[in-house]
Amino acid sequence: MTTAATPVTAPAAQTSSRSVVAAFVVMVVLLLIAPVFIYPLFLMKALCFALFACAFNLLLGYVGLLSFGHALYFGWASYVSAYAAKAWGFNPEFAILAGALTATVLGLIAGSLAIRRQGIYFAMITLALAQMMYFFAVQAPFTGGEDGIQAVPRGYLFGFINLNDPVNMYGLVLAIFLAGFLMIYRIIHSPFGEVLKAIRENETRAISLGYKTERYKLVAFVLSAGFAGLAGGTKAIVFQLASLTDVDWPMSGEVVLMALVGGLGTVFGPVVGAVVVVAMQNYLAQAGQWVLVIQGVIFVACVLLFRRGIVGELANRLRIKL
Amino acid sequence: MFEIFGIPSQALFGQLLIGLINGSFYALLSLGLAVIFGMLNIINFAHGAQYMMGAFAAFFLLNYAGLNYWFALVLVPFMVGAFGVVIERLFLQRLYKLDHLYGLLLTFGLALIIEGVFRNNFGSSGLPYRVPPTLQGGQNLGFMFLPNYRAWVIVASLLVCISTWYVIERTRLGANLRAATENPTLVRAFGINVPRMITLTYGFGVALAAFAGVMAAPIYNVSPQMGSHLIIVVFAVVVIGGMGSILGAIVTGFGLGVIEGLTKVFFPEASNTVIFIIMAIVLLIRPAGLFGRRA
Repeated sequence: MTTAATPVTAPAAQTSSRSVVAAFVVMVVLLLIAPVFIYPLFLMKALCFALFACAFNLLLGYVGLLSFGHALYFGWASYVSAYAAKAWGFNPEFAILAGALTATVLGLIAGSLAIRRQGIYFAMITLALAQMMYFFAVQAPFTGGEDGIQAVPRGYLFGFINLNDPVNMYGLVLAIFLAGFLMIYRIIHSPFGEVLKAIRENETRAISLGYKTERYKLVAFVLSAGFAGLAGGTKAIVFQLASLTDVDWPMSGEVVLMALVGGLGTVFGPVVGAVVVVAMQNYLAQAGQWVLVIQGVIFVACVLLFRRGIVGELANRLRIKL
Repeated sequence: MFEIFGIPSQALFGQLLIGLINGSFYALLSLGLAVIFGMLNIINFAHGAQYMMGAFAAFFLLNYAGLNYWFALVLVPFMVGAFGVVIERLFLQRLYKLDHLYGLLLTFGLALIIEGVFRNNFGSSGLPYRVPPTLQGGQNLGFMFLPNYRAWVIVASLLVCISTWYVIERTRLGANLRAATENPTLVRAFGINVPRMITLTYGFGVALAAFAGVMAAPIYNVSPQMGSHLIIVVFAVVVIGGMGSILGAIVTGFGLGVIEGLTKVFFPEASNTVIFIIMAIVLLIRPAGLFGRRA
């Protein structure tokens, strides 16, 4: 069954990583000057989703596991961070960490269940578990049901940096995004990451080489959930809101779309994809339900014509690694 | 009126009936998913949207063409099935050589498009569809009141499920189908048009979803979201049952419907989540699913 199918992403050309470094520098410079020209709240939203998409890509792009329930980690981290900041009066850094930690634990539980099945079943299980936790979020008293947790205080980072100042807030989001991005990059390019790619290409062969692939898959899953939680917790502090939208299945679909549009299995793809999707939502906000239709059309177009995504296509044209 | 475990019989049997009704839809939809997966190796994420299209098609036929429920029950599966055939020819057939995940992503995109278009035109609130006159009213069974239409839904979906099982497991056509699932190349060598068979199988699976949609129209409101909520539960049903067996899909569908109904009586807080919890337990004990074969 799996032998005839081509892997989700083609193995990237092993050229020098200079192109990656150059692209990284360009990205950082762009992100540093962008707030001068672009509404900072939009940028912060894009950065949170970019980290979320990078976390998701770690799983689908590098292990070949399609999780259709990543809203679970993003959304629940967002709830926990918001609750910790508002009800317990946590400092923002601890609130975000509490969210990320919750997501990591949830990832461990959901991951150890989901890796018991392969391929298409894996996607269905992750989706079903996420939906279960969505219903918990609807019923649990502390999530605030339909209202969500509103008016979350941004507070003072480390007790003295006022995050109500947009410059400070943007700085924190940028720092968290870059830290997450670099850590994911490090994971992908470590010996551990090489084993993940081996599992993606041919799991049976990886097993025959003596790797306990289930453990590798689980660790990758937990890491991905943790980074998704980091993104979700940050989002809760930035927007001072955690709501059902963050845990519902369309959110899981959106992160798949971001990674797909940008390019699965590329380092920068999810970032570009997140910016594109968030920008699209912003500009089409008046279009109402048509956003759903347009997202659907992009899904279909990407799968049929454009499987490499924007960055994958670009890297392929220029014959570099991105 | 009498009591069972401290619960009035009306409430208990009432929820049991609702459970059986939901179970009918779980069974029909997971059967369609299993049939499609068997042949195409694709999980049809658009299944919920196609179920919703079935309900809307019945609504249109009644309100714009004056064709009643019974015409809808026959015509709609063909109409939506034909739509499925077009989708398979246009899109899905390009994906068979790729990873199965692309099929899931593509049909997810289709589901978004279909749901979005319907939401734009009909809003999010439901549209009413009347129970057909011949099936209005109900029977008083002494321990509970049984509405005729609900009894009909259970009987009809059981009949459709069992006929599908019979065709696939006991006829020559079904034998060809199963053979093509196992080894398409060999079956082609025998002169059987496998690509056409694949197309028609997808059409049939979609038609099953549409049939379920028509039957659901008088029970639930006809609304654009009716499919997307259901499909995720059906996925869990499919994971629990395993897609290897047709009969397994039917039994799991009805069984889980009943369990969900009983949960509503004894532990209402968990009624939304019980199927997912069962899924988690099954994954721990029998990872391949109750009726599944280890891949």
